[in-house]
Amino acid sequence: MYLDELEEGNSAYIVSLDVHSELERRLLDIGFVEGTKVTCLYRSYFHDPIAYLVKGAVIALRVCDAKRIMVRP
Amino acid sequence: MKYCFKQGFQKKYPQERVIALAGNPNVGKSTIFNELTGLKQHTGNWTGKTVDNAYGYYGYCDKNYKVYDLPGTYSLISHSKEEEHARDFICLEHYDVMVVVCDALCLERNLNLVLQILEITNNVIVCVNLLDEAQKKGIQIDLKKLEKILGIPVIGTCARNKIGINELVQMIEQYQSQEAFHVSYDDFLEEKIKEVEAVLKKTLPENLNTRFFALRFIEQDQKMLQRLEETTNFELQKYPELIQLGKKVHTELKEHGYYLLKHQIVKTIYQKSEEICSQVVTNQKQRQISKFERLFQKKWFGIPMMLLLLFLIFWITMVGANIPSELLFQFFAWLGDWLRYLLEMFRVPTYFCNLLLDGAYQTVTWVIAVMLPPMAIFFPLFTILEDFGLLPRIAFQLDKQFAKCHACGKQALTMCMGFGCNAVGVTGTRIIDSKRERLLAMITNNFVPCNGRFPTMIAIITMFFIGFSSGIQNTFLSALILTGIILFGIAMTFLVSYILSKTVLKGVPSAFVLELPPFRKPQIGKVIVHSIFHRTLFVLGRAISVALPAGILIFLLANTNINGSDLLMICADFLDPFARMIGLDGVILLSFFLGFPANEIVMPIMLMIYLSKTTMVEMNDLLRVKEILLNNGWTLITAICTILFSLLHFPCSTTCLTIKKETKSWKWMFFTIVLTTSIAVIVCFLVSHIFTFFLSVS
Repeated sequence: MYLDELEEGNSAYIVSLDVHSELERRLLDIGFVEGTKVTCLYRSYFHDPIAYLVKGAVIALRVCDAKRIMVRP
Repeated sequence: MKYCFKQGFQKKYPQERVIALAGNPNVGKSTIFNELTGLKQHTGNWTGKTVDNAYGYYGYCDKNYKVYDLPGTYSLISHSKEEEHARDFICLEHYDVMVVVCDALCLERNLNLVLQILEITNNVIVCVNLLDEAQKKGIQIDLKKLEKILGIPVIGTCARNKIGINELVQMIEQYQSQEAFHVSYDDFLEEKIKEVEAVLKKTLPENLNTRFFALRFIEQDQKMLQRLEETTNFELQKYPELIQLGKKVHTELKEHGYYLLKHQIVKTIYQKSEEICSQVVTNQKQRQISKFERLFQKKWFGIPMMLLLLFLIFWITMVGANIPSELLFQFFAWLGDWLRYLLEMFRVPTYFCNLLLDGAYQTVTWVIAVMLPPMAIFFPLFTILEDFGLLPRIAFQLDKQFAKCHACGKQALTMCMGFGCNAVGVTGTRIIDSKRERLLAMITNNFVPCNGRFPTMIAIITMFFIGFSSGIQNTFLSALILTGIILFGIAMTFLVSYILSKTVLKGVPSAFVLELPPFRKPQIGKVIVHSIFHRTLFVLGRAISVALPAGILIFLLANTNINGSDLLMICADFLDPFARMIGLDGVILLSFFLGFPANEIVMPIMLMIYLSKTTMVEMNDLLRVKEILLNNGWTLITAICTILFSLLHFPCSTTCLTIKKETKSWKWMFFTIVLTTSIAVIVCFLVSHIFTFFLSVS
């Protein structure tokens, strides 16, 4: 399952990142590391981007990027 | 005791120590910096306010301290421009103590940076800020234990309430370098690090940390190695064996199953952070979502709420500014009469008297009367929303639209800064990672009216659209019109971004990662004092310093006769046929050109030129100003076109130079000028012709 499919209010754990290296590094920096718990908080008015809770901070990601982050419940 | 010195103060004591404040974005580095140095760095509740290394000084116990406020960074392997500044400083510059400021609310992620910095230097003090907020959310942090684990001094602060600052100053004073905690990787990787380090020890400049760069060599982090060569006299080409070794080790590690070396390094550091956190943070329950945050979960809330807020801010600004503005006009008119009387009493020549009063005085007082009241209301309101944490939410809500235009949602943040000053907005685009998207944000920043144009628009709206009775309907209507104009500017931003990204600046949108900070209760008292005394008066002072010489110069030009006509009228007459085509007149267009140094002076210049050809009229309120304008052939269409031209035309000189500085090219500066002006001309042409057509039909 991918991160963008996560329902609001639900949590999952990061499995892998399949993104280009720039974004990969940034995601790693802010805590999207394998095994980290991610909670989907809410979507924006136009449904994209989506706000996630990661390691105590709220991070917004675009759907197209979230699509490439594999998670497990 | 603590002593504060102003910036520019160099040496009071012979000894100087350099300290730097580093940390994740939005943890309060600038707040601590301001407390330490007594300076007024811009602070606010969002990521990326500080885009440049600022520095200041303070003195304590016979020593001089130079403090650097670095832009926030998540890690040392950074992408965006402002983070690079911080990274270069941390990795390559000399400093005595690095104070790493951490957010108590998400200590784990912050420790990640601490551990990375500890790979470079032992001279670190950890400052856990926002302890009060954490306590409110039930998070307890055992600072003593953290100190023990890390082997470096740790201090807790609540910088916004000035708690812990004196202790921090003492701690920096007493600081002595000691052996600190280091992350160790698995045996195989450690072995390889040692191997590269051994070579680096012989080749790398002395002050640089070999272990950190050994890791970068192993990672084959080309960007960092390139920066190393750029900033130091180290030349990699001279050491082919080093390049070879780096590549060799990199492939060796791959063969041993280290496919995702980056991940493994980051993961190791995170695991350590997690481990440390689990020992020092108690009651580590999840961040509770505040009631405001919950509001955002409702679908209908986002965009309508923003529009309503925008409208409300304008409404409050206009209602509040109306009467003080009138009073200021009256006061300055009275003072002007009095001054004239005084000058005449001292038998000052009439020409000189007119130069001072009709030239300099008139321009300066206009700028004050029109600008001061709206700014004194708008800035505090805006800063309160900024402190509250709303700005990144605006970017969050609008990102989808920006993405459609192949731009970045963070552009919304730079647009918000543009309300204050477009030059600041242009510098602020450094928070955008992609160069292409940065350019888009820079070129279109001008479509947000800055404080120089914004009060002029309010004045014109007041004069031409709603009359002067300040009934509730009228004020609502004027705020609606202003909101409409701003929305039009935003629509133009989208349109131009879209067209540019399909033509000149082709490309796909890059990734967008934005941190939404927790909502914080704004410190209303402090915000009002700060934004009035430091922001409003500063901006006003800058406007006056341009208005004064401009007023004198324009007066001289307007009253210098060549063949019976003054120089300005000749220029205005020359521009007139073209200006008429776009719904303006020669004088208005000329004023916009002359207002290039600062947009604030466009209106007073215009009035001065108008007045130079008619008999003198006292400008004691806006009603009189309207009279002057009407006498010179202004209509509703002229008013609309002037507002639109003001919104869309070329940026002021400061903004232009900032664009040149940020892009390092004259090309983009001229491109921006030509593009924005063409758009202004086209829009004004269309609007004036469509309106004239409808008026002639009806």
